[in-house]
Amino acid sequence: MSLRAEHDLHRRRKGRNVGVGLMLGFFVVLILALTVAKVTQGDFEMPRIEEGQ
Amino acid sequence: MSDISYSAYDNEASLGDYFALLKPRVMSLVVFTAVVGLLAAPVPVHPVIAFASILFVAIGAGASGALNMWWDADIDQVMRRTSKRPIPAGKVQPGEALTLGIALSGLSVMMLTLSANLLAAGLLAFTIFFYAVVYSMWLKRSTPQNIVIGGAAGAFPPVIGWAIATGSVTVEAWLMFALIFMWTPPHFWALALFMKSDYDDAGVPMLTVTHGRKATRAHILIYTLLLAALAVGTAFSAIGGPVYLVVSMILNAFFVVGAVRIWRRDEDAALADNYKIEKSFFKLSLLYLFLHFGAILADAVLPFTLGMWS
Repeated sequence: MSLRAEHDLHRRRKGRNVGVGLMLGFFVVLILALTVAKVTQGDFEMPRIEEGQ
Repeated sequence: MSDISYSAYDNEASLGDYFALLKPRVMSLVVFTAVVGLLAAPVPVHPVIAFASILFVAIGAGASGALNMWWDADIDQVMRRTSKRPIPAGKVQPGEALTLGIALSGLSVMMLTLSANLLAAGLLAFTIFFYAVVYSMWLKRSTPQNIVIGGAAGAFPPVIGWAIATGSVTVEAWLMFALIFMWTPPHFWALALFMKSDYDDAGVPMLTVTHGRKATRAHILIYTLLLAALAVGTAFSAIGGPVYLVVSMILNAFFVVGAVRIWRRDEDAALADNYKIEKSFFKLSLLYLFLHFGAILADAVLPFTLGMWS
């Protein structure tokens, strides 16, 4: 008797894991894009570091 | 036990079930009205910042939906309309919905603070609190005015959109708020008229249950008349314009006629045609809100209407 390796349960869980992975990847890209957008806007200023500190 | 049983896992949730917890249909309305609020504002926003901010508003709205489903799991099971939601269907545990709701609430408010500003994030936090706690936990089961006051939660998204763009909230933003706030009661009361047994069975004190169906019909008419005055009047504010004026006058004429027809009917007549007029009023109400906000957007972005009003 052969063992069925792939059950519907596995497919569902794989779908869930891939989905969460894609969402996390998208979130990373979104934060990067947001950072670039904020930094390249005209009103962005780096915090000033006082001399001697 | 000699063999492995999968039966315990047959009802396991898929990613789609978790997504359903976020009430995607409500979320799409939130996104649409927030986008209109953002684009109708007189301050341009960087597209990436606008996209990210609207996404965080959508996540916040989804979070409040998950918290609502967690709290209302018992009545969702009784109502036909909601019995297939993930928790009553046994696919998602109530604790999971609560955890997801709290986590996404925190994430969305925090991220909106970073992408837009503290005011927009504060408004989002208040909206989540208002929907999940004030409406779901308190008003919904205790007063027939539940959807009147609770409607405020659904009315905040365009104000948040406006705050994302301008960092402030002005009278135009509150006009968009008032439009949704006044639209909500006739919309839901029309639904309650033809979904009659649902709310009765669940013991939710809808106006139809506490004050009767005749009073509900009168309430629909009163709110519709007030809404029509407000909606047409908005055409002469800074967010109005020629497109909005035409759209609003046509829609409000149909809406008022519908409300009068509902008011003049009794239950026997409604039962005889299976609530035909109430159902068409409900469908029109969906189109009503969509087209009003679509017209605000059109007047804000279409070049031929710019400058014609002010």
